[in-house]
Amino acid sequence: MKASRNALYGGLLLLPAAVLLWTFTYQPIVTTFIDSLYSTPRGRRPAAFIGFDQYETMFADPVFWKAMLNNFIYAFATIPLSMAMALAMALLVNSKLRGQAAVRMAYFTPTILPMVAVANIWLFFYAPDYGLVDRVLQLFGLGGQNFLGQPDTALAALIVITIWKEAGFFMIFYLAALQQISPTLMEAASLEGASFWQTLRRVTIPLLMPTTLFISVNAVIGAFRLVDHIVVMTKGAPDNATTLLLFYIYQVGFGYWDTGYAAALTMVLLVILAVIALVQFGYVDKRIHYR
Amino acid sequence: MNADFRSHPVAALTTFAGWFLAVLWVSPLLYAVWTAFHPAAYGARFDLFMPLTLENFVRVWNAAPFARYFLNTFALVTVTLVCQFIVCTMAAYAFVCFPFRGSNVLFMLVLVQLMIMPEVLLVENYRTLSRIGLLDTIVGIAMPYLASAFGIFLFRQTFKSIPKELEEAARLEGANGLQVLVRVFVPIAKPTYIAYGLVTVSYHWNNFLWPLVVTNSVETRPITVGLQVFATIEQGVDWSLITAATLLSVAPLLVAFLLFQRQFVQSFMRAGIR
Repeated sequence: MKASRNALYGGLLLLPAAVLLWTFTYQPIVTTFIDSLYSTPRGRRPAAFIGFDQYETMFADPVFWKAMLNNFIYAFATIPLSMAMALAMALLVNSKLRGQAAVRMAYFTPTILPMVAVANIWLFFYAPDYGLVDRVLQLFGLGGQNFLGQPDTALAALIVITIWKEAGFFMIFYLAALQQISPTLMEAASLEGASFWQTLRRVTIPLLMPTTLFISVNAVIGAFRLVDHIVVMTKGAPDNATTLLLFYIYQVGFGYWDTGYAAALTMVLLVILAVIALVQFGYVDKRIHYR
Repeated sequence: MNADFRSHPVAALTTFAGWFLAVLWVSPLLYAVWTAFHPAAYGARFDLFMPLTLENFVRVWNAAPFARYFLNTFALVTVTLVCQFIVCTMAAYAFVCFPFRGSNVLFMLVLVQLMIMPEVLLVENYRTLSRIGLLDTIVGIAMPYLASAFGIFLFRQTFKSIPKELEEAARLEGANGLQVLVRVFVPIAKPTYIAYGLVTVSYHWNNFLWPLVVTNSVETRPITVGLQVFATIEQGVDWSLITAATLLSVAPLLVAFLLFQRQFVQSFMRAGIR
């Protein structure tokens, strides 16, 4: 009796969420896979079943490999650097510092700005001749650099921006975790005569491990999901040096309107995200049990 | 103060490092502010006594329909927030109070959306939207985000922590299921609603790629897309106009952040830790 009542009420309450999730998350995953097996319909020529041809094209496409390589370089550069920066910021803000609130605000402000605005601010900041970066370099006689225009510096220039935007966000989580650490542990460490670095390495960082894991999962997803700055700043140029996977999907899907190929590319992104999800679910489960 | 610094060299060093990093961190923003408030003719020079001006902002405001863009963003954020509150509250309530066989599996399926956000599937979602005729509408931009896995997860956690006795007491006084939800669960979960609200407002205020794909007209474009349309035309031509437009578009959120800084930071913390 109660079970059937629960199923009825529960089902009704879940209905809107279920319909929306099906329409915009599950159904598109299924149709992405199906579409990736068909050619892109053009004009009067309808889509034809072509098996794994799109994937063969993909594996032979140098731009795809370039986008993958760029995305992994981007992820493996931004994630550790922004996390190290975040930890340093959290330690600074958590110590006895004059004007703590102002400093914390300075670190956190980039986080709440839209990536589009950040990209425009940095476009100017990097601009040859006009930007502050170039002006400082001019003082050393190194002016006239177009960081976003050169293949060997463009991706690094974007990595710097991402670190700038993300570090303050991650700092918040480290700060919360630092404030949970019992002061007696720190006192014990200092009574034992441990130096600052020893305490950091032996006490603080191990205790922050769950936070570090949580942040890194978020950071990995972000590295594959956020490409607003690419659209605004470089559009993948120069010579695909800044093409990331989702940007390439956007370009193929809405620039060349090759939806079949875009579907195959999306499948790759879905597989990458699924792998990250599996790693995280193992970890989230553990957290829920401990609670 | 000097004596204080001499006796605590470490504290002095931390303060110096903290402030150095802080200045470095805000410098791109300050440089943009500096440029936006000065006449374009002075753009290439540094002079502390250059005349300040609001002219760049006036020109930007007149050059593009920014008022309309703000209105669109405001509508988008409101629709998204209200619908997310309703849809996610209902779902979370079902998971906590009406568990049935398989509802745990359903919950796991909901969590998939935490990893695969709607913008990742933008090609297919664009097609779905065009099939149901919602391209270039504000509802269309909001739609894929309404059943937010993050919201459901957050509300479920909060509802679970509410003591059963409170629910039973309300039942004894004759409250039905809806009344229990509205009078007991939602008021207790208020801090969670505020936290989730701030996170979702800043997310959708800042969202760009999906609205860029879906919108095609002044009547629907949110401020992020509007800024990009404006900047594409002006790019490399007049930096003082672009920086003015950029600052203009972030101003409301930035002011709100500066006023409610503590709530913002605590909300992000709360939303992240759960």
